[in-house]
Amino acid sequence: MARGSDWLKRAVTGACVALLVVILGGCSFFGGGPQSVNHPAGSNMRDIWNLFIPIFWMSVVVFAIVQGVLLYSVIKFRRKPGSPEPHPTHGNTKLEITWTIIPALILAVITVPTIAKVSEFAKVPKNAITVQVVGHQWWWEFDYPGEQVVDADEMHVPVGVPIEVKLRSDDVIHSFWIPRLAGKQDVVPNQNNHLHFTAEEIGTFRGQCAEFCGEQHANMAFTVVVQSQADYDAWLAHNKLPAAEVPSSNQLAQQGQQVFFTAGCVGCHTISGMEVNGVKALGDVGPNLTHVGSRTAIAGEVLPLTQENLAKWVHNPQAVKPGTLMPNLGLTQEQANQVAAFLESLK
Amino acid sequence: MAQSTVTEQRAHYRRSTIWEWITTVDHKRIGILYMFTSLGFFLIGGVLALLIRTQLAVPDNTFLGPGTYNEVFTMHGTIMIFLAVMPLNSAFFNFLIPLQIGARDVAFPRLNAFSYWVFLFGGLLLLSSFIFGAAPNTGWFGYANLTTLTYSPGLNVDFWIFGLQILGIASIASALNFFVTIINMRAPGMRMMRMPVFTWMTLVTSVLLLLAIPSLTIGLVELTFDRYFGTLFFEPTAGASVILWQHLFWIFGHPEVYIMVLPPFGIISEILPTFSRKPLFGYPFVVYSGIAIGFLSFGVWAHHMFAVGLGPVPNSVFATTTMLIAIPTGVKIFNWLGTLWGGSIAIKTPLLFASGFIGMFTIGGISGVMHASVPVDYWQTDSYFVVAHFHYVLFGGSLMAILGGVYYWFPKMFGRMLDDRIGKIQFWITLIAFNMTFFPMHFLGIDGMPRRIYTYQSNMGWDFWNFEETIGAYLLGVSMLIFAFNILKSLRSGERAPADPWDGRTLEWSIPSPVPAYNFAVVPTVHSRDAFWEMKYGSTEETEAQKANLNPTPEAERKIHLPPRSYFPIVAAFGILGMGTGMLMHGDGMAISWYVFGAGILVLTLGLFGWSFEPNH
Repeated sequence: MARGSDWLKRAVTGACVALLVVILGGCSFFGGGPQSVNHPAGSNMRDIWNLFIPIFWMSVVVFAIVQGVLLYSVIKFRRKPGSPEPHPTHGNTKLEITWTIIPALILAVITVPTIAKVSEFAKVPKNAITVQVVGHQWWWEFDYPGEQVVDADEMHVPVGVPIEVKLRSDDVIHSFWIPRLAGKQDVVPNQNNHLHFTAEEIGTFRGQCAEFCGEQHANMAFTVVVQSQADYDAWLAHNKLPAAEVPSSNQLAQQGQQVFFTAGCVGCHTISGMEVNGVKALGDVGPNLTHVGSRTAIAGEVLPLTQENLAKWVHNPQAVKPGTLMPNLGLTQEQANQVAAFLESLK
Repeated sequence: MAQSTVTEQRAHYRRSTIWEWITTVDHKRIGILYMFTSLGFFLIGGVLALLIRTQLAVPDNTFLGPGTYNEVFTMHGTIMIFLAVMPLNSAFFNFLIPLQIGARDVAFPRLNAFSYWVFLFGGLLLLSSFIFGAAPNTGWFGYANLTTLTYSPGLNVDFWIFGLQILGIASIASALNFFVTIINMRAPGMRMMRMPVFTWMTLVTSVLLLLAIPSLTIGLVELTFDRYFGTLFFEPTAGASVILWQHLFWIFGHPEVYIMVLPPFGIISEILPTFSRKPLFGYPFVVYSGIAIGFLSFGVWAHHMFAVGLGPVPNSVFATTTMLIAIPTGVKIFNWLGTLWGGSIAIKTPLLFASGFIGMFTIGGISGVMHASVPVDYWQTDSYFVVAHFHYVLFGGSLMAILGGVYYWFPKMFGRMLDDRIGKIQFWITLIAFNMTFFPMHFLGIDGMPRRIYTYQSNMGWDFWNFEETIGAYLLGVSMLIFAFNILKSLRSGERAPADPWDGRTLEWSIPSPVPAYNFAVVPTVHSRDAFWEMKYGSTEETEAQKANLNPTPEAERKIHLPPRSYFPIVAAFGILGMGTGMLMHGDGMAISWYVFGAGILVLTLGLFGWSFEPNH
């Protein structure tokens, strides 16, 4: 018997130490990633985090009480030789009513600010700038209504200004999530959802689809670029312009342009203001490529944008991102390099 | 010559044994079938979990491609819910309910066998999708319109639909059976408020199943019509709202959570009093809390949909109802602690698992309250935080209790004890490995890792915990192998179990282990809660008379009428499998599909016909 309880003590101590290691380890190991929510950089996520912290500490108290009483009881009241027969208590109405009312009060304390925030999140500030977001399998499109700017993979917003994000999907359900700036909002076909937040810091913030949307759900990420108002205005002004002429000095890009306009790319992609041998690129299935060369990543952030990666992508998209809706057009490696040079030139 | 006769006899004996299991209508045998079948499915679900963890162990891993990964995580969830936890609970319903209420069998023994065979065939149909390379791949809640033909043209979704439809039939039949059994078959004097808590929770669960499954059935029928007959229930281009699916699914899906967790609440409420030598603290509170949870569980479904955009008013209402359901759940936890307090606690394996359940389920409950706060849920939903949450509820909660229940009732089922020392080792490895695997998922949720991604890049700060979780998952796998080893070893050579190895309180401990076919030689008369405890330690004249009845004479045994064996349940179940197969063939465009479907209907009809006219004595 004594041997058994020693063994038990050792096991319990071991478990406690392991738990402590995990918890202390957690303190130093989480946070600080590009999608870590514990350092909010947007008003919406800051509100969420500020609501979470008190709930978290209340949870810690409840957790400590329950685990404490549990461990204490199991250790203190464990059967020893000669233990007296326990008193057959059937209950204690006062005690039971108490521990019904106390959790009810704690929950009421949580419910009130919850409902307050829910209605606050639903009210869009009057001076908000609107960005129309469209979720596609498996990339994000960003339209700036009234500005004639259509972009992909990268959303630009000015710092300190309320942003209203309108969400639309033409295929399946996605969920729009920029962890450091705001909570999620689903992107549902046939339903106009929206979300608003104010970015509080200049910088880039990674976002990602959060609702399973098919084969390449994992590679449906994007970047939010938060800029000063001046930089944002300059970016808008540049992106309103039609595509840049391909410089005649860039032989490879010139050839790539020919390939692009003959190989079928124009069926899905738009390059505004460009016409080659009477063919215009006006497709609206894939991302708008008018200023693709100025972005930092391609294909739902699966690859950073470099000429080499672009070539890899157009040469065999299925190898880079299995299941992507971009078909394999059978370009030779040489053609792929040419197209990559052309796309890279579209700053 | 003599040799061959012996062999023939043996072969005949073996055949007849298998035939006995196939035609059995004995609730105990059906319970054992449920247990081993669902442990087998649990093993498959566990292997899939290890595949998931292997893929996620390191960033940019190419161990599984996206297609396979999506199949694996969908099947992991579907198997664990429909083919492991639910039927493991069913194993306990089957084995225990008649024993706990002092009955000789369930109300409808053949329907009970039918439920099992339909469950088995449904499970096999679902699993056969792996053989055809078309395992379901749209997540266990299969959100429309990803599941329509446009976005899921293969048979994957069809396997999911017909697998779940068939399993739904099994659940409905079984729920009806246990509802009627508990209401009608109780021994004299077993009033509702004298029933063991496990029986109470089974009653509530049966009602939940009866009311919840139809909602899933309707959703699946609509989806079938969309996919096969061109209706437009979930077609947004025709003006449909795809949110309809989510409502139908979660009106089933949230009660489903309690369908999986109420029976474990019952198991805990049996184990704790036995090992503390005290009655359950606040029995009426525990029972009423269970009923309250049952009612409220139908009013909280939209908390799975806070980010869907239902609007501030629905979100606030459902946040409030979700907070409400936490109250009865908390009450139960405090009552369990009250049961332990001041007891004389025997530290045996079942008690360890029951304590582990309280500890781990509390963590899952607390994180559940966090999600109930809508804005916090905007962050946590669909992230690894929520993955941590539901594993604390379903593994740390349901499965811990089920493991405890297996250790507790194994002697009653097989007449042999599970090894307690191995059991304790298994408990500690399970507890530690479980926390290694799932606790860090909270951290990953804070680090913004979405669920259901097959790969991630290494600059996300997710590498360390994912790797550590994979180690934990393999260790968890080891703990389950120890469990399997303990079962196999104890079945062969475990210590023989007496009728009442734990000094139990409820009626199942009053009869021999393993239980004779007729359960109770003389149907007991019940005078109080914890009926058997009262018989053992009470001192009234009635209890003295009861004691005398526990050991029947052989003549008394021979007079007991038991329902005869029947093969019609498996025939009828086979017909349903045929119907499902026919529907799948239609999905594949095979011309003979309607003939197969029709043959299925014919077999089902013949089965039911034979069943109806079978002599019942």
